[in-house]
Amino acid sequence: MKSLRPLALAAAAMALDAGQFVAHAAGPDLGTAEKQGVNVPAIVIFVIFVLGTLAITYKAAMATRSASDFYAAGGSVSPFRNALAIAGDYMSAASFLGISGLVFSSGFDGLIYSIGFLVGWPVVLFLIAERLRNLGKYTFADVASFRLDPTAIRSLSAVGTLIVVAFYLIAQMVGAGQLIQLLFGLDYLYAVVIVGLLMIVYVAFGGMKATTWVQIIKAGLLLVGATLMALAVLVHFGFSPNAMFASAVAVHPKGEAIMAPGGFVSDPVSAISLGLALMFGTAGLPHILMRFFTVADAQAARKSVFYATGLIGYFYILTFVIGFGAISFLMPDPSYFKVGADGHYNKITDLLGGSNMPAVHLANAVGGSVFLGFISAVAFATILAVVAGLTLAGASAVSHDFYAEVIARGRVPEQKEVRISKISALVIGLIAIYLGYVFQKQNVAFMVGLAFAVAASCNFPVLLMSMMWRGTTTQGALIGGVLGLASAVAMVVLSKAVWVTTFGHPAAIFPYDNPALFSMPLAFVGIWLFSRLDKSRRGALERAAFDAQYVRSETGIGAVSGHIH
Amino acid sequence: MEDASVQRIMRDPHFRELVRRRSEFAWVLSAIMLAVYLGFILLVAFAHNLMAIKIGGGETSVGILIGLAVILLAFVLTGIYVSQANSRFDDLTRDLKEGLER
Repeated sequence: MKSLRPLALAAAAMALDAGQFVAHAAGPDLGTAEKQGVNVPAIVIFVIFVLGTLAITYKAAMATRSASDFYAAGGSVSPFRNALAIAGDYMSAASFLGISGLVFSSGFDGLIYSIGFLVGWPVVLFLIAERLRNLGKYTFADVASFRLDPTAIRSLSAVGTLIVVAFYLIAQMVGAGQLIQLLFGLDYLYAVVIVGLLMIVYVAFGGMKATTWVQIIKAGLLLVGATLMALAVLVHFGFSPNAMFASAVAVHPKGEAIMAPGGFVSDPVSAISLGLALMFGTAGLPHILMRFFTVADAQAARKSVFYATGLIGYFYILTFVIGFGAISFLMPDPSYFKVGADGHYNKITDLLGGSNMPAVHLANAVGGSVFLGFISAVAFATILAVVAGLTLAGASAVSHDFYAEVIARGRVPEQKEVRISKISALVIGLIAIYLGYVFQKQNVAFMVGLAFAVAASCNFPVLLMSMMWRGTTTQGALIGGVLGLASAVAMVVLSKAVWVTTFGHPAAIFPYDNPALFSMPLAFVGIWLFSRLDKSRRGALERAAFDAQYVRSETGIGAVSGHIH
Repeated sequence: MEDASVQRIMRDPHFRELVRRRSEFAWVLSAIMLAVYLGFILLVAFAHNLMAIKIGGGETSVGILIGLAVILLAFVLTGIYVSQANSRFDDLTRDLKEGLER
């Protein structure tokens, strides 16, 4: 069977120091995802979730008539629900299991990842959210191409979207297959097919309405489950963090070291590069940006981010408590470990099921088999909800940006565009199942990192510069965006994760783990320089069109308004 | 929107004030978040001993408190922005729109 390590890495999105991580994972049995016995409570709870979400999808399909319904849920999602959906997109199974697993194995270092994922949100709020809502309709390409040439900019945005979606989706599918095999006792292939088919149904039939509701329900379940677990831990220690930490330090093989930074950040350049990718990548993730069009107006978009930041921060604090709780509850108990013939076991590497399992075992330790089933089912639901959001973003890029604007030049009936989006969702889903199958044995750890790097180096600079800088022209945005995109992909390919681990070359050509520190400035400078050099008549017209865009982005006057049902 | 009304809004003192104040505010908050986050990463990388100091005789370390403080700060900064936007900036926007209707 296959290593579960990719999930943990994907979870952590990218190890600050991948080598260090691999060293953590060097134990002989670690990460072996053995098929477990069939987990009946988990399957029952999951089937209830699936039936419920399919009923919602049916209702959503009945209520989905226009393109606005399909892409943006008719702009009818309330700010708090949208915040739950945004938080849901972020609280993947990988961040839940992976980060609590990192806290379990390394203590403090787990916190570094959580913080990296969180700090992008304030920036999204301050610079992006309201302007995006005021200018756009369904996708961020609507905004980037507001006054620029739609053919060029939408093609670029669609490519950026599809690359981000593809890598993110592969990492999720592979993680899903391995996790479900572990939690439910289902074969890898069945697991991947079930995830793929359900996400196709949600997206193709229910569009954004169903996708949002699946995400809201899952986020609610996950927050409730994680809260109960963290409460159980805190109650045990009489709500004293000191007692919890002391107990963890006493049983953890690394002792006091778990309370301070470990070896993750040995190379500050990689660390800062990763930090930039996490922070600004969030502001360029197409499935997240789409969520700002599902609310009524800029005020609602603004409130969504505020609540979402709170929910995500709260969730990461829970995973921290869960990780420390798992240390205290699980490490002294041999029944959670593979015990050697001499009765000894390694408290980090011999955990049954591998490095992603602390949260799952802790559920069993504090709540018995029914709670274990609940948490397993929630983890499955989490994967489903995240892949559905990604698929919708990919399908929208194909139908709304590429087909409707680039191929049909804006002359396409709304119903036909929606039909093409549904077909795209089907095709993307089938491709995802196939890639999930193909990549089963591959190390996909770098893929989430690459997705964030491309989002930060292509989508984000093009979006920000087109909204904020009068001088941006199509020529500049196109060349700068392509520079950011190409350099991010090239540097990841030449980095250790791909060049050495996947291709088997002896040494990496690009010495750092994440390219954002270099590819992001390249994109911004490219946009600036080639806009400056643009002396064309079209460029002059585009600069002149900035005022109208600026007024609308700052005030919402003339914006497409959603309607509350 | 027509060119004439766009130019009218661009010259409107309410609009200029709204945009100037809001973007100053947003960039300052963004800079604070970026600086705090990069500072945190640099502390993690270079100030291991500081981060490992125990607080008040318990096990809780400086590093964990700083980490939690960064999470809290992210939430507080978004809260500050939203409260300002809901009052000051929305008022300015309303004034602007009312002024235009007259």
